[in-house]
Amino acid sequence: MDEFLHQVLSGIASGGIYASVALALVMIFQATHHVNFAQGEMAMFSTYIALALIQAGVPYWGAFAITVTASMVIGAVIQRVLLTPMAGSPVLASVGVFIGLLLIFNSVAGWLFGYTLKQFPSPFEGPPVLGGFVTRHDLGSTAVTLVVLAGVYVFFRFTNLGLAMRAAAYNPVSSRLMGIRVGFMLSLGWGLAAGIGAVAGMMIAPVVFLDPNMMSGVLLYAFAGALLGGIANPLGAVFGGFAIGIIENLAGAYIVGSELKLTLALVIIVVVLTVRPAGLFGRVVVSRV
Amino acid sequence: MYRRTLLAAAGPFAATLGIMGRIGPASAQAPGVTSTEIKIGQTQAYSGPASAYGAIGRGLVAYFKRVNDQGGIAGRKINFISVDDGYLPPKTVEQTRRLVEQEGVSFMLNGLGTPPNSAVQRYLNQKKVPQLFVSSGAEKWANPKEFPWTIGFQPSYRTEAQIYAKYILQNKPDGKLAVLYQNDDFGKDYVAGLRDVLGDKYERMAVKVISYEVTDPTIDSQAVTMQGSGADILVTAATPKFAAQVIRKIYDLNWKPLHFVTNVSASVGAVITPAGPERAVGLITAAYVKEVSDPDWKNDPGMNEWRAFMQEYMPDSDVTDVNYPFSYAIGGTAMQMLKQCDGDFSRENILKQATNLHDLQLPTLLPGIIVNTSPTNYHPIRQLQLSRWSGTRWERFGSVIEGAGA
Repeated sequence: MDEFLHQVLSGIASGGIYASVALALVMIFQATHHVNFAQGEMAMFSTYIALALIQAGVPYWGAFAITVTASMVIGAVIQRVLLTPMAGSPVLASVGVFIGLLLIFNSVAGWLFGYTLKQFPSPFEGPPVLGGFVTRHDLGSTAVTLVVLAGVYVFFRFTNLGLAMRAAAYNPVSSRLMGIRVGFMLSLGWGLAAGIGAVAGMMIAPVVFLDPNMMSGVLLYAFAGALLGGIANPLGAVFGGFAIGIIENLAGAYIVGSELKLTLALVIIVVVLTVRPAGLFGRVVVSRV
Repeated sequence: MYRRTLLAAAGPFAATLGIMGRIGPASAQAPGVTSTEIKIGQTQAYSGPASAYGAIGRGLVAYFKRVNDQGGIAGRKINFISVDDGYLPPKTVEQTRRLVEQEGVSFMLNGLGTPPNSAVQRYLNQKKVPQLFVSSGAEKWANPKEFPWTIGFQPSYRTEAQIYAKYILQNKPDGKLAVLYQNDDFGKDYVAGLRDVLGDKYERMAVKVISYEVTDPTIDSQAVTMQGSGADILVTAATPKFAAQVIRKIYDLNWKPLHFVTNVSASVGAVITPAGPERAVGLITAAYVKEVSDPDWKNDPGMNEWRAFMQEYMPDSDVTDVNYPFSYAIGGTAMQMLKQCDGDFSRENILKQATNLHDLQLPTLLPGIIVNTSPTNYHPIRQLQLSRWSGTRWERFGSVIEGAGA
């Protein structure tokens, strides 16, 4: 029983990781109706920026703020330079760009910062609580994820900008006729997603250590989490992230064994997409064409 | 594409040597060998997930540059062509074929990694191209019956696990053992090595044997399971990122087993420092290369020789990277083999000499670690010495131990 409880707690801790990346995926999906496969690598790259700043002597929260801002600029610039010309092209073409970005960020990070594993500091230091199964960092990063979640929720739900952004993604033509600057909305969406990704990266790196391949495993589980909860719903995505963390741990320890954990995540993706594409929390959106 | 050719600078010399007509009798038909040069190929991970090991390739390039600066071997310069395969087996196949069929290399030296080398093992053996001193501790390189043209270098993972098992039997014969292994050839060799020595006791002692996938973001769940099993000995056969996670997690869990970690993940820079040096106290590994930061080697002639080399040929490199002393040992072994060839650089003779190395001591390997090969012994290094992490450095203890049987 003790071990069961510990598996759940440790599942919540890794679920927090997936939830934070899932939020970035929701952000980009809400803003562009695409899933950015390079989201994880961009977050990893942002984390290296933060590490470089910290090593240069910038205090943690200062580096945090600079990194988030810089990442937003990078995200917006990528959208402007690489994706604006892709407007109107088939989805697969955009996917090609995303995969390309993934490889570019991965290799450039390795080339600039090296492939050696690096320790990334956590702002939440201190001895572990609950018998070592939950660290201060787990608690702190979960709190950060929830704060970001609240921010994203409020942004989309209660601000005009959020509404305009959703409108621009759902129906660009009508939105433009209503006076919404669709191009700006898309850039802003990319910027915000990159910023959220940067936060996620900085919360994840102290747990899994920083290297250019830090996100390769995380992104898949995060994707499963986002889909499970509903990729158009920030609350659902966070719930899905935590759920995947717990399911993964319990199933790995007691049901399918540690060899099939990844397979399980993939099965969840397939099942959700087949049975309930909008996810547990998502509303089915019917668009008239 | 990443490619380094050493001969660029040696072009004019090559021409002069050609005129001087130093054409040996055997070189006429030996592939990859002319009167002025010996072409050697290598596939290396200069990009991709394993690119930290690219240092081995860079070290070897520099090593052969020094060989050429000092006059080469048997009147010939070494043209070492090291190309990037990104640790991707399909790319290894493509690059190896190019090296063999277009560049026409004499032999392949020290290619990196188990999956990439596995992908070209059959091809090279069919073509009878020596695949020498493979950079991988997999047991499969020592199979002279089926693959006579392939030979490894470092102590095999299985040998290493046998040495840990011997230590466990001597010091904790009634212990309860947990094993965490990467679910591939690398991890499974450790389980096999433990079984070799523990024999019947394995079933009784091993209370939890559990795997992880390289795609897992963390191994936290596995650590919890292993602690729950009540084990007091832990063998971690994991690559650096996961080993660092294990060290930190079991510290956080306040679980204090007798912890062995594979030599692959004993790097101070890549594992111990990120995990936290204070968390790793008491950790045991096995070593065969001299640890750069070990004060015992401060005035060691071998390491001084290596340091002088690094200063002259690789002044901007990270000298704490264990890959450099390792590649220096590979270079030394390759040169000993080429010397033994005595001017006959046919592939048959190269293989013959590679499998007839006797009591070769190398400047960057620990005292007592001796390279020995024979046509039936394809394990060049079979010994290791245990080391314990003191909190600030690896302290070697006990004598050099040999693995059990072949």
